[in-house]
Amino acid sequence: MSNSDFSALMPLMVLAGASVLVMLLIVARLSHRIIQLVSLLLFVIAFISLLNIRGMLPYQVGSLFMIDSFGAFMIGLIIISGLVVNVFSYIYFQEKEEGPKEYYVLLFLCTLGACVLAVSEHFVSVFLGLEILTIGLYALIAYLRTRSHGIEAGVKYLVLAAFSSAFLLFGMALVYLQTGTMSFAGMAHVITTASVPPMLLTGLGLMLVGLGFKLAVVPFHMWTADVYQGAPVPVTAFIATASKGGVVAAMLRFFVTIDGFRSEQLQMVLIVIAMASMVTGNLLALRQINIKRLLAYSSIAHLGYLLVAFIPGSEVVPQAVSFYLLTYFATTFAAFGVVTILSRAEEDAEELVHYKALFWKHPALAGILSVAMFSLAGIPLTAGFTGKFYVLTTGIGQGFWLLAVVLVLSSVVGLYYYLRVVTTMFAGTRDLLPEPPPRYPVFLGISMVVLSILTFALIWLGIYPDGVIGVVQGLQLK
Amino acid sequence: MMLVLLITVLMVGAVAAVVAGEWSRNAPRWIALIASSIGLLLVMVIWAKTSPHSVTDGQWLMDFRKAWIPSFGITFHLAIDGLSLLLLALTFFLGVLAVLCSWDEIRERTGFYYFNLLWILAGVAGVFMALDLFLFYFFWEVMLIPMYFLIGIWGSENRVYAAYKFFIFTQASGLLMFLAILGLYFIHGRDTGVYTFGYFELADTVIPFKTAFWLMSGFMIAFAVKLPVFPFHTWLPDAHGEAPTAGSLILAGLLLKTGAYGMLRFVVPLFPEVVTAVAVPAMVLGVAGIIYGAVMAYSQTDLKRLVAFTSVSHMGFVITGIFALNELALQGVVMQLVTHALSTGALFLMAGMIKERLHTRNIEQMGGLWGPMPQMGTIGLVFAMASLGLPGLGNFVAEFLILLGVFQAQAWITVAAATGLIFSAVYSLRIVGKIFLGPQKTREPVPDFSVREMLIMAALTVSVIWLGLFPQPVIDTAKPAITELVRFMDVHSTASHQQSYVK
Repeated sequence: MSNSDFSALMPLMVLAGASVLVMLLIVARLSHRIIQLVSLLLFVIAFISLLNIRGMLPYQVGSLFMIDSFGAFMIGLIIISGLVVNVFSYIYFQEKEEGPKEYYVLLFLCTLGACVLAVSEHFVSVFLGLEILTIGLYALIAYLRTRSHGIEAGVKYLVLAAFSSAFLLFGMALVYLQTGTMSFAGMAHVITTASVPPMLLTGLGLMLVGLGFKLAVVPFHMWTADVYQGAPVPVTAFIATASKGGVVAAMLRFFVTIDGFRSEQLQMVLIVIAMASMVTGNLLALRQINIKRLLAYSSIAHLGYLLVAFIPGSEVVPQAVSFYLLTYFATTFAAFGVVTILSRAEEDAEELVHYKALFWKHPALAGILSVAMFSLAGIPLTAGFTGKFYVLTTGIGQGFWLLAVVLVLSSVVGLYYYLRVVTTMFAGTRDLLPEPPPRYPVFLGISMVVLSILTFALIWLGIYPDGVIGVVQGLQLK
Repeated sequence: MMLVLLITVLMVGAVAAVVAGEWSRNAPRWIALIASSIGLLLVMVIWAKTSPHSVTDGQWLMDFRKAWIPSFGITFHLAIDGLSLLLLALTFFLGVLAVLCSWDEIRERTGFYYFNLLWILAGVAGVFMALDLFLFYFFWEVMLIPMYFLIGIWGSENRVYAAYKFFIFTQASGLLMFLAILGLYFIHGRDTGVYTFGYFELADTVIPFKTAFWLMSGFMIAFAVKLPVFPFHTWLPDAHGEAPTAGSLILAGLLLKTGAYGMLRFVVPLFPEVVTAVAVPAMVLGVAGIIYGAVMAYSQTDLKRLVAFTSVSHMGFVITGIFALNELALQGVVMQLVTHALSTGALFLMAGMIKERLHTRNIEQMGGLWGPMPQMGTIGLVFAMASLGLPGLGNFVAEFLILLGVFQAQAWITVAAATGLIFSAVYSLRIVGKIFLGPQKTREPVPDFSVREMLIMAALTVSVIWLGLFPQPVIDTAKPAITELVRFMDVHSTASHQQSYVK
């Protein structure tokens, strides 16, 4: 490994090193507060190291990693996600449990796994990244081990993730059998025919099953609602964003490199998955009275929207996907951030009735949650609208009218339940929720600052997205 | 720059109102009043400066253009012609009245209330000025959320249902319009290589007939829901009925007008061939709306729902007039937009005032109110007469012009539409009879107009009589825009295309 290899991988190294460092700090019996702050610092360092490698992109590390601007953008997004989750975690876990310190080790590992996925250019690194991510998540989901929901969710995720990994592995094996190589670029050289051979198609199909589970698209979505509900709120936020983002990045890189879009069968399957996800996700969310479950189904629909940007396979796809992920991440964190802050030691603020009259009690939090809901619903002035606009232009630009129409109609259905959350917040004047404890004013302050930045970003991206669009348009996928 | 100022003054006022609402209950009212008055003043200054009736070179009076999202060819492009100017004047006039009429009605959370009110006005003003289709859609949606809050928080008993219904109807149809806008964007981009949302560029797009039909349907559905055209009207009675008084005033006076404006500004110039092709069915829907609205209005017992259905009936005239596609009818449409806003707005205001006094909207529980409230009775009679189209009041001029124009296009449709005038006489007289005449049903003392209410109603009464006696300024102001539209239709009425583009 040369010096430049080393510095190109620096962000990943920092994340890996951070998990070890935090482990050492735990051995040194430092307090939760110190560990939390150190982790915060380490995330910042990881992000700075990412900024440092901007000049050397694109850079190939061995045959495993391809660090290009798209990959770097995704890593940046994932590291910031880790950072935001880290910020939200302190109050939440401090309330619930005495020693939540190992949590931070796992958080670093999961972030590392997602980052590895984002720059993988080889089956081995894809699988490695995916397993680092999911094994960390098993523990994170069931982290509050005294709660039955947590255990149920953890086991459910364990079984299904292992199951889907098996599918993925088998698919990879078939692809390897056909092409004789595991690097994406190598495959692109081997598959030169216009049509895709059946064996390869089977392999790709099986891989799609595996990836579909991780992305929670219909029909592989069964685990989503239970896991979202059972996991601690910050972890749910992480599953909804970073873990899916990493998988999307890997999938996009794979498809673009081998030009998987040329196979009409594969495209057909993706179209069906996208439409089913949009429709099912939105329909199932309609009757939810638990905000975590509601957001779970909403995320299914949103991954469907994302696929609309993915399927056309044109050169704007990486931009559209990156931009949509950016808006979706920001929105999801704003929503889960509010849920985290409102959660109490005994239970999470997950039942929708808890949000009654929030507008009059905590105007700031209610305002943030409303902006997040409007953004999820894709209403102008918010980032969600710009994201949806980008997705629609990508789809319609290649003539995928059916997808665009389904997207629009299903998001109309979606309006209903997003609005219900907002309506609940300004309905009634009864006081169901106790005041937030002033016990951790510093961390509450930090959380509120992060939430305000997210909200500001949501509105900024909705009103004046040109700067960010410029950045996204410069992204390249080698 | 003045055009931008019109919107900014409202938005700044809105933010100032919500901030001031933290400290004082009264401050937001004054801020809102000042902001909307400044806006009204600005429009008057623009009107005086540009003197629209004497313009000869082109129809556009003012123009403001600035790049917004250049990577997608989106510009922040505002411009006004006579039509926009009229509707802007209407917007700010009704805006001031809306602020005034909520003065005592709204006592809770005034800051947020006036924030929403001003924000809606900003959205409506933006819609009347935007000449970039993306920007237009943007403003189109900007007014939705605050309206949703206005109905949902300050409405009457069934407000949540009404707010949902309003929001979902308008948002769904708006999204379909957005798809159509994107379709137009790509067709134009593919043909010319220039990807832009600019109005003038897109108006030159050559679109195959079948594609144009679908794209026009996308636009049309959004405008038809907003206007509303029968059978897309079902959100309207609920929203109008449950909204607070100012909400009903703005809904009837301004939001419905955005639908008509959209048809005049976008549907007709962008898809002239299709418009010609579907003119007759559209006019038939318009007539159906006229008669249906009138019949439904007659059978209502809830005063606000009754007035809401009269809107459906009056808007039927608008769509019939638009699709008659000649200058007379279009002039009538513009008049109708203005006068309907005044007369129906006044009726909603009156319904609100009666509700404040009697705490009911049920006209069966009213009656004999002329005795205790002679002033309101007189004014109520004036606006009921306006609503039925009595000569001398503005609505008569409007509906007469529309019928004249439609007669040139389709004589039989005119016959059917004219029956609407009879129906309107029936329901209008029923309003007066039930509320003001007959035996008095309530024992409580009912105070007549306060000074503030008197001021509001006087402004409306003077305007509606002025428009009835001397409508020429309105007609002259709208003339360049209308002539341009008719000329444009004549050029395009012969061309047609066959092949389709939709995949």
